[in-house]
Amino acid sequence: MAGPMEQFKIDTVVPLPVVNLPGIGAVDLSITNSTFAMMLAAVLIIGFFAVVTAKPKMVPGRLQVVGEGTFGFIDDLAVSIMGPKGRAFFPFILTLFVFILALNLLGMFTVFTATSQVAVTATFAALTILLVIGVGFAKNGIGFFKLFAPSGVPWYLLILVSPIEFISFLLRPVSLALRLFGNMLGGHVAMKVFAGFVVSLGALGLVGIPGAVLAMGGVVALTALEFLVAALQAFVFAVLTTVYLNDVVNLDQH
Amino acid sequence: MDAEAAKYIGAGLATLGMIGSALGVGIIFSGFLQGALRNPSAAAGQFTNLILGAALAEALGIFAFVIGLLCLFG
Repeated sequence: MAGPMEQFKIDTVVPLPVVNLPGIGAVDLSITNSTFAMMLAAVLIIGFFAVVTAKPKMVPGRLQVVGEGTFGFIDDLAVSIMGPKGRAFFPFILTLFVFILALNLLGMFTVFTATSQVAVTATFAALTILLVIGVGFAKNGIGFFKLFAPSGVPWYLLILVSPIEFISFLLRPVSLALRLFGNMLGGHVAMKVFAGFVVSLGALGLVGIPGAVLAMGGVVALTALEFLVAALQAFVFAVLTTVYLNDVVNLDQH
Repeated sequence: MDAEAAKYIGAGLATLGMIGSALGVGIIFSGFLQGALRNPSAAAGQFTNLILGAALAEALGIFAFVIGLLCLFG
């Protein structure tokens, strides 16, 4: 019987040649289960929004309500946190939210969770923080460093506060990546561990059946919790991205 | 002590870090409930902040859990 960690193993689905890129070295182009999950998520999202916007009606049908609801939810979020300038970043935040949500939910319905790989979540976090730094320097120039000097702080406290602010800024992408990774990894490991209990207790015969039923109840409860966590973690990633963008876009109000 | 036993002990100790995170999430929800029972009409507006704060506090507990998994399976 497999242990709880084997579900995270990367398997090659379609072996493709290894390409030698000049700056990066050898890149294996094979389609793995992680790549396949991300492609499937992208196809499903594009298909969903294509169907939603295909024949839009003034009085929306059920699918259109879901599509417009997601759009409006993230639009309200971006505008409430960032103000009217938030509209410019809304496509990025919506893409991030919907893609992470789709990957998390695919992990619940299929055998592989792409967001339980650090490589995937670290890429999301790197993308976000590079956008934040890029936008910060583009909009504020050298004034970007006022981010580490909060307003209303006297100079003698500033000497103490600025390094702390700087370090906590550097920790932002780390915490973004690890939060999503840890939640997905931990949730799926816990589900598999409880599922293992069901099998190992049931194998004890009649004596183990009550324990196995309890463990099965635990699996059901954990699965429900995991659906909640999947949606919540996508939302939290989107909200934190919006908050970090707000810090650099509305720097004068920091 | 052999490495196998140390792994299990390390994993168990690492998950003690979730005590703080569980208390933190409880404090956040307690604050929200106290405020919501005093001012119910303003409660719905703060629901987003509640979920955000709970997820941030929970994240640190998840970090401790991941260190435990790393000790056990790394």
